Amino acid sequence: MDSIRKRARELLEKNTVKVVIGYGVGSDNTVRAIFVRRPEGVEELIFDETCVQNLAVYLLKNEIKQIGKLCIIANISALRTILQLASEHQIHEEELLCLSVTPNGELLEFTGFKDIENYISSCNRDLPDKESEMIKKLEKMSVDERWQFWMNHLSRCIKCYACRSACPMCYCTRCQVEYNQPQWITVEATLMGNFEWQITRTMHLAGRCVNCGECARACPEDIPINLLNYKTVLTVKEKYNISAGTNANIDSVMSSFESDDKENFIR
Amino acid sequence: MSDFQPKIVAFVCTWCTYAGADLAGTSRIKYEPNVKIIRFPCTGRIDYMFLIKAFANGADGVIVSGCHPNDCHYVSGNFHARRRWIVFRELVDFLGMDVNRLCFSWVSAAEGAQWAKIVNSFTEEIRQLGPYKAYMELVKKDKNESVF
Ligand code: SF4
Ligand code: SF4
Repeated sequence: MDSIRKRARELLEKNTVKVVIGYGVGSDNTVRAIFVRRPEGVEELIFDETCVQNLAVYLLKNEIKQIGKLCIIANISALRTILQLASEHQIHEEELLCLSVTPNGELLEFTGFKDIENYISSCNRDLPDKESEMIKKLEKMSVDERWQFWMNHLSRCIKCYACRSACPMCYCTRCQVEYNQPQWITVEATLMGNFEWQITRTMHLAGRCVNCGECARACPEDIPINLLNYKTVLTVKEKYNISAGTNANIDSVMSSFESDDKENFIR
Repeated sequence: MSDFQPKIVAFVCTWCTYAGADLAGTSRIKYEPNVKIIRFPCTGRIDYMFLIKAFANGADGVIVSGCHPNDCHYVSGNFHARRRWIVFRELVDFLGMDVNRLCFSWVSAAEGAQWAKIVNSFTEEIRQLGPYKAYMELVKKDKNESVF
């Protein structure tokens, strides 16, 4: 924690960066994102295992980009997001600097995407145990049971789109869910509309989701929508051997192909 | 159940499967009349939302068909489509949709008989499965919930 504060202070004092995006303490002792622009503000920065939010979601916001060069306190999810955003040509090396801390407390400073790639390759990139088990459990159910599971959950969706706002990979300025010529998905939160909305969200994130889990954490109705994304993470890994957020030069999975992609259902 | 006539929607590419279906017609091959064909420029243009919307509008089964690999009129549309189908099919299966109601195939312009065979066997499969009750319920609920 101290090492992060010290380095952040230096960066701000020397004007190397204009803003540091990091974690701070919010109301009720919750952890929240803070944006430090003055050196004395660094005292508010914290970093521990409660800092789970994927702060990379702020990188593409206009309000942030306008400020100038930035430094982000990045956990593994955020680092992976940065690589995926780089693959999608959304950020450039010279625009940002990343600070992180290893599990044993060592300060890391990344200046280029190569550094991040090297570090990520040594980190655990698997899905969290709880979610992997849940996916296995769902896969063992009958089709009808799965349908019922999702209908029960999706019937609670209120179409607040918090899942979309929290997701660092959902950065389109106009989302398909907002198109009304034609209207693909109803505006109101009906069960069918909710179902179609989640299919759309998941398909658009296929091959791009970095399994940070932010979508499910943001959902006010506690719908485990991250499982849908994680399912596609597994599919893409199994079928195409690609993991999003491991490299700064990954071809978009859904807009590229191999002429011998394997399947067993086309007649 | 025996008099149940499944409603099947087929999304096909104009260069291969549509021409193949035409050939089936001009060759006077008889096949099940349950299928309604919708022509697209390429399988690459067939968005997964079309499939979902077909079910939402009462389809019991959906066929998606186009040129064989390496035969795409636009070189790679069917390769892109295949990638999308692989991910989509796994996803909707995970969501509890019945993937036996989705039929993907490659049918070239020369394969009129093959088209008839696919339509016949898929229609029979759907006839066995019966109407897609789970999705119909969802549609009905949608009509009740909607305030517009
Ligand atoms: S879909 Fe969810 S888990 Fe995947 S990147 Fe977006 S917020 Fe993270
Ligand atoms: S965050 Fe939850 S309730 Fe809000 S739109 Fe997403 S799934 Fe629905």
